[in-house]
Amino acid sequence: MKTKTLKKTERWITLGVIAAVLIVWTLGTNLGWVSAVLVPKPQAVIAAGVDIVKNGYKDYTLVQHLLASLQRLLIAFLLVLVTAIPLGLLSGYNTKVRAFMEPIVEFYRPLPPLAYYTILVLWMGIGNSSKITLLFLAGFAPVYIACVSGVTRIKEDYINGAKTLGASSRQIFFYVVFPAALSDIFTGVRTAVGVEYTTLVAAEMVAAVSGIGWLVLDASNYLRSDIIFFGVILMGITGILLDQLIRLVERKVVHWKGKS
Amino acid sequence: MSKKKHNPVPYESANELVAVEGLHYHGKEPFPERQEKEQISIESVDLSYKGLDGPVKALEDITFNIYRGEFICVLGPSGCGKSTLLKIIAGFIPPTAGEIKLDGEIIEGTDWHRGVVFQHPPLYDWFSVRSNVEFGPKMRGLPKEEYTKLADEYLKKVGLTEFADKKIYELSGGMKQRVSIARALVNNPEILLMDEPFGALDALTRETVQDLTRKIWWETGKTIFFITHDVEEALLLGSRVIVLSKHPGRVIEDISIDFSRQIAEGADTNIKFTEEFYSYREKLLKLINSQR
Repeated sequence: MKTKTLKKTERWITLGVIAAVLIVWTLGTNLGWVSAVLVPKPQAVIAAGVDIVKNGYKDYTLVQHLLASLQRLLIAFLLVLVTAIPLGLLSGYNTKVRAFMEPIVEFYRPLPPLAYYTILVLWMGIGNSSKITLLFLAGFAPVYIACVSGVTRIKEDYINGAKTLGASSRQIFFYVVFPAALSDIFTGVRTAVGVEYTTLVAAEMVAAVSGIGWLVLDASNYLRSDIIFFGVILMGITGILLDQLIRLVERKVVHWKGKS
Repeated sequence: MSKKKHNPVPYESANELVAVEGLHYHGKEPFPERQEKEQISIESVDLSYKGLDGPVKALEDITFNIYRGEFICVLGPSGCGKSTLLKIIAGFIPPTAGEIKLDGEIIEGTDWHRGVVFQHPPLYDWFSVRSNVEFGPKMRGLPKEEYTKLADEYLKKVGLTEFADKKIYELSGGMKQRVSIARALVNNPEILLMDEPFGALDALTRETVQDLTRKIWWETGKTIFFITHDVEEALLLGSRVIVLSKHPGRVIEDISIDFSRQIAEGADTNIKFTEEFYSYREKLLKLINSQR
């Protein structure tokens, strides 16, 4: 009962903040408090959005821009899933694998992705492959680290219990270690998607001819703040949707999370 | 091999205990006299671990035999290393010195012949109750129909048939511990090692799982090695009580008792209000408290 009303209050606070931002934005721009070049009117942003949805931007439709970005993201993301999860879990389980992986990951992890992007461009050109590699590297570290910590945090009794029941090392890995680490894996995956998404937009700003990040950069060349705002809001919404999607999958897969 | 005689009264205090106030108790085992070979022999087991200033001894010169069908309860003040002793028998940690043999073979590492029930049951949240119980036989490669049948049988034994498809987090603490017992027993281990399994349960639940444990022991004749800090629990369940001293843990008492058998055979459940029970309880309490 109490938590229910509390949750309701919190929802109102959230909605209130969104409403307040929109109201201040509408009033501020329409009453001329700020220059329309710096902050466009909401109705101008909507108009720009409608125009882009209808007629596309430059040579591509909006959907094509979005798909170009999401395709890079998705390929990199799948590469991260199939490499970082097994390597991370193995590193947590086997100290030798960890000793092998640790220096590589620890060295590049703190680097800003755009710093080594220049090297990737040097090696692979400005096409999609350097961008996907960049996103892959940016997403690999958080998933890898989450997997390692997920495995090392497993209660010793989980593994001891499986041993006393007759499970082999391999069986323990697949039936106990992997599911026990799932919750941490999902945390890593969500972080990775966030990092990849920010990196993606930055990468498109460096060299690209399509993509939602490129759209924003290109618009800024013409001081079209209405389009910039539209692009940024669109990125925000896709970011939230992506995160919600992963959360949904997490709730289905790790159904026991927070219940035991 | 070592024909070391089982010595139930190694210390003076123990003599006193057996002879208290005209109460001369002849420990009757629920199973025949020990002519058979011991099932597990624990010989001069020491365990030290690295402390801040050099090695610290947790267990010192632990020597006793475990016979098939015994229900051994190990009592001792907290920090006496009783859980450590269980971990050594389970094979989770090797002893610093001495050796433990199961049917004459030195124990090395962990295997399913020694089932363990932990204080906080490490049940797998990602599996249903049934899959948790099936886990052992399934991992050991038994055919599906066989482990399904086994799981049914043991779920019934612990009274959880209608909870088979529930998730682990939907169970109460007592139910979890019952799943844990079924999961260990379904493998038909040589011995069941239980590490303060009911310590975290409320009094009513504890009584039901104690009764269940006694019933399973009595019906299956399984050897049980049970760690507890609760004197009453030890007296109500055990066929034999071993008391460890405070740091480092040494065996300071080893007696046979009969209450559990009497209850299993249908004696009045008020046995714990008898003078005999009371006398044991007081003496054991005194012995443990003198260790602080």
